[in-house]
Amino acid sequence: MELSLLWTIAMRELRESLRNKWLVFYAVGFAALAFALSQASLASAGYSGLGGFGRTAASLINALLLFVPLLGLSVGANAIAADREKGSLAYLMAQPVSRAEIFFGKAVGSGVAVTAALAVGFGLAAIALATSGDGEASAFIALTFFTVLLALASLGLGFLISTFTRKGATATGAALLCWLGLVFFGDLGIVGITLSLRPTPSTLLAMLLINPLQIFKLGAIYSLRATLDTLGAAGQYAAYQFGEALPFLLASLLLAWIALSFGIAFVFFNRKSDA
Amino acid sequence: MNQNNIVGTLHASRTSLQNTSLVRVQDVTKRYNKSVALDNVSLDVSAGESVALWGENGAGKTTLIKAILGLIDFQGSILVDGHDAKRNGKDVRRSIGYVPQEAIFYDMSVQATMGFYARLKKIKIKDQRLNSESLIINNQSSVERIPSLLEKLGLADHIHKPVPALSGGLKQRLALAVALLADPPVLVFDEPTANLDVKARRDYLALLATLRKENKTIIFASHRMEEVESLADRVAIMESGRIVESLTPGAVRLKLTPHVELTLWIADSERARALHCLEQEGVIAHLNGRGTVVAHISAEQKLNTLQLLAKQGITITDFEIERGKLWN
Repeated sequence: MELSLLWTIAMRELRESLRNKWLVFYAVGFAALAFALSQASLASAGYSGLGGFGRTAASLINALLLFVPLLGLSVGANAIAADREKGSLAYLMAQPVSRAEIFFGKAVGSGVAVTAALAVGFGLAAIALATSGDGEASAFIALTFFTVLLALASLGLGFLISTFTRKGATATGAALLCWLGLVFFGDLGIVGITLSLRPTPSTLLAMLLINPLQIFKLGAIYSLRATLDTLGAAGQYAAYQFGEALPFLLASLLLAWIALSFGIAFVFFNRKSDA
Repeated sequence: MNQNNIVGTLHASRTSLQNTSLVRVQDVTKRYNKSVALDNVSLDVSAGESVALWGENGAGKTTLIKAILGLIDFQGSILVDGHDAKRNGKDVRRSIGYVPQEAIFYDMSVQATMGFYARLKKIKIKDQRLNSESLIINNQSSVERIPSLLEKLGLADHIHKPVPALSGGLKQRLALAVALLADPPVLVFDEPTANLDVKARRDYLALLATLRKENKTIIFASHRMEEVESLADRVAIMESGRIVESLTPGAVRLKLTPHVELTLWIADSERARALHCLEQEGVIAHLNGRGTVVAHISAEQKLNTLQLLAKQGITITDFEIERGKLWN
């Protein structure tokens, strides 16, 4: 794999992504939300140091759980399928580049675009916090880090959808279904299973960790130095079982999600049975 | 020369040129589930030769082109400029300039598009905005090549336009410019004029003809006789995924268009005499509703028919030739 070719494709993909109206819409929406939440939380906290940041971030986590997967999934789903539908992918593949360079070039370009979109929102929240002299930098950075990992995991899932679909609209539809599944049915499913089967805390934790959104939620709340009691028995069990290693475990799990989703997507993209 | 002789001669000449084959396709088979897209196809193309792949839709032309470009898996072997299409698809594509039926570009200006593909082809270009040379390697002359290519292909005036704003003809010219960027030894076209109007097609064929004169090795899929006659040395006839014959363009014309319909505009007073004259010579002819004489003759009889009437002192004010239907 030649990095110069990968980079050329990544830069083109980045330019294309930044012109994507959905990405701009998400970025602006998320930025406005993050800024408003940070202001509101600071006001309600009465400039009370860490408490102010904690409320901001807690509000942000719920917003992030909705916004970030939608952002990653929709950008990823269109990265390959839309090009394939237009025919530009076939023409690109006929150039002296490998499929790996195309795939990972697109992945890097989309990843940078998604991260940039998030950076706008986090940047505004950071400005709000910094101007008040409030907040804890390390917690904010940890939250940002987990958010970027969640975005990249969602992007990977979007790429996986994109490799299997031939039309942009189909890919977007599949991405929305996937988002619904992760955001709502994942949560509701766990609630239902908990009520009906009453699983042990370890089983419940294992079920939570299947869903990248729940991994993010655990990691984000832990980063805020908040108690995991809010997550009930599974949260308490996680804190008891893994202690200080928990954020590293959660980050590793999200990294595994990223590697696995992009890896499987690449295996299917790399098939030469059709072109 | 009869057809067997033509095939035999071509076969012999191909055998003698085997050592200089720039593209060698050997026993290539491609299956999509149960359907066979390519069935044991073999083809040698020598340096400087121009070969047309001729056949109806579904005959396997595009699949063969994809295999040559190393884009699909297949059984058998394909070598392009010494590179194995199965193992080194990227090197193969570096040796080929490819123009599809309809090139779909990204939403960039003509200049940015050329820059993007130049980078992919690792061509040294001069970035005017930075007033510096950027990227890379293989061809010093490429610094001057892009402006001269754009000039040669009539794109110089469109350099700042977004590609989606270009006409179909200009987009195909841009695809040709991209294909020629690295000055590759082999050019592959997949029905390059299929989506062009008559004028754009004529202009495009003229451009391709200049490449032909530059001794480029050309493989192109087509089912247009005018393309084949102006570009091809040899025509590989494809049917159901197989190359069934290899003919000269002239032989293709004879084989595929054995009969033509010759419409003659003749003065009203002479029309009946012209019809009688033709019928006496065994030509099937009739008067049609437009007041013309229509003769059904074999392709090689056209000139004789006109001469026959001229000898009888019949003035032909105009004529039109309609060829028998080709594939599609």
